[in-house]
Amino acid sequence: MTRARFANSAMAARAFGIGSVVVALGVVELLIRAGLINRFIVPLPSEIAAAVPRIIAEENVLHRFWQTTQEILWASLMLAGIGIALGALLYRFRVLRLACETWVAAMAAAPIVLMYPLFLVIFGRSATTIVMMGFAAGLAPVILKTVEGLSGTRKVLIDVARSFRLNRSQQFWKVLLPAALPSVFVGLKLGLIFAMINIVGVEFLINFGGLGQLINELAERYDLPGTYGAICFVVAVSIVFFDLTERIERWLRPIQ
Amino acid sequence: MNQAHAAAATRSVTMVRTVIIVATLAAWEALALSGLLFRDVVPSLQAICSAVFRLLTAADFYFNLGVTAAEIGVALIIGGAGGLAVGILLGANRFLSRAYESLVYYLGPTPKIIFFPVMIMWFGVGSGSKIAMGAISCFFPIAISAASGIRQIDRVLIRVGLSFRASTWQMATKIYLPAMRGPLVNGMRLGLGVAIIGTLLAQTKLSNRGLGYLIIQAYSTFDMPRMYALIIVLFMLAVAANALIGRLARSRNS
Repeated sequence: MTRARFANSAMAARAFGIGSVVVALGVVELLIRAGLINRFIVPLPSEIAAAVPRIIAEENVLHRFWQTTQEILWASLMLAGIGIALGALLYRFRVLRLACETWVAAMAAAPIVLMYPLFLVIFGRSATTIVMMGFAAGLAPVILKTVEGLSGTRKVLIDVARSFRLNRSQQFWKVLLPAALPSVFVGLKLGLIFAMINIVGVEFLINFGGLGQLINELAERYDLPGTYGAICFVVAVSIVFFDLTERIERWLRPIQ
Repeated sequence: MNQAHAAAATRSVTMVRTVIIVATLAAWEALALSGLLFRDVVPSLQAICSAVFRLLTAADFYFNLGVTAAEIGVALIIGGAGGLAVGILLGANRFLSRAYESLVYYLGPTPKIIFFPVMIMWFGVGSGSKIAMGAISCFFPIAISAASGIRQIDRVLIRVGLSFRASTWQMATKIYLPAMRGPLVNGMRLGLGVAIIGTLLAQTKLSNRGLGYLIIQAYSTFDMPRMYALIIVLFMLAVAANALIGRLARSRNS
């Protein structure tokens, strides 16, 4: 294989990427063992790898994972129900859309997660606070993408529905919503990612709930390999979640 | 005819906005006076307005605002420079892009605040760990935008630069950076938003200064009007900073 062909090979590039990360971890391990990096600040990568099965067994990680998943599920149900309904409302009443769309867009850019102390006061230190934070953080993209999808419905489809004398409700359920589904799912995907980030973040900040709390607890116990291992576990879960939403979105795309 | 129609539409939009704002404020005041929620959870509008006034006339607010602004600024410089360098490398080199871009792409949407315990161990409990949180947060959107921006550059511009035998530095400053300004500004806007969140969340978790600290201090002392005032002022500052970057980008483009 020539050098150019090697450089162009996607497989070789990925192998190089993974290999260089492994080599970097090996170098860090050597530097720590040589005493050049303080092991009370950065634990050995081999210790971190060994800590992952330990925290899975001892820290009830599966239960915590289920707790976080439940919070994400509740937030996503609320996002789908309320977010799509609000989007449909803005589409139905044009004046309302013109009046509110810029506000919703501003809400999407606002640092909503910083309101968590306020949510703590209103809902208490409970799962409700975490779910509501996730919901609030993910609401704006769901509304905006629902409006975008419904507005982008081809006029010929709406005309066909009218020629069949479908009433407003039938037009919405049989024509508008199916036509807008790809865009709605893009909004839901974005909303779910924002919700997941905020849910794990708030769990960590208020020391309550599932995976986010685990990191906080291990850090407070100064269990360094455990803390690093738990962070790696949460990052892996986030990546799997993100990848899953991407795959669902790709799977839904042919509908368009 | 069309102008009259547009004016009527603008009037009705303004009217709807006014109705929504007035109805929300009235509902808020009614809820505050009703006693349905615990006392002070929903303070009266007058109490919130007084708290905003007291906040904006207090010297300690400006000191903490300065601390937060400085931490976010330094975070944006470090994370932005790192993101820009990595983004240009990934965008310009297909092999590096295939090797590492998926790593950057998938690490981007992870909750960064979970790295805070590690940042405390590495950089201490002072400003260093907050700056690091802000820098990590803004690194990813800026790197992804820079990589996508460099791929969108018209090949003709690159060929012109090469035909003039421009050096690497000249190519970067005269061709790449001006041509990728649009995606880069968008990346900076996203980066600023997440840097604000990263820095302030870190301040709420462990700090003794900054706006995040003021918010969590108001929560700890149950000074609800002050907490609402802080959140309102903070949101306005975040929106203003975002709009400022957008306006700067537009004025440069025009």
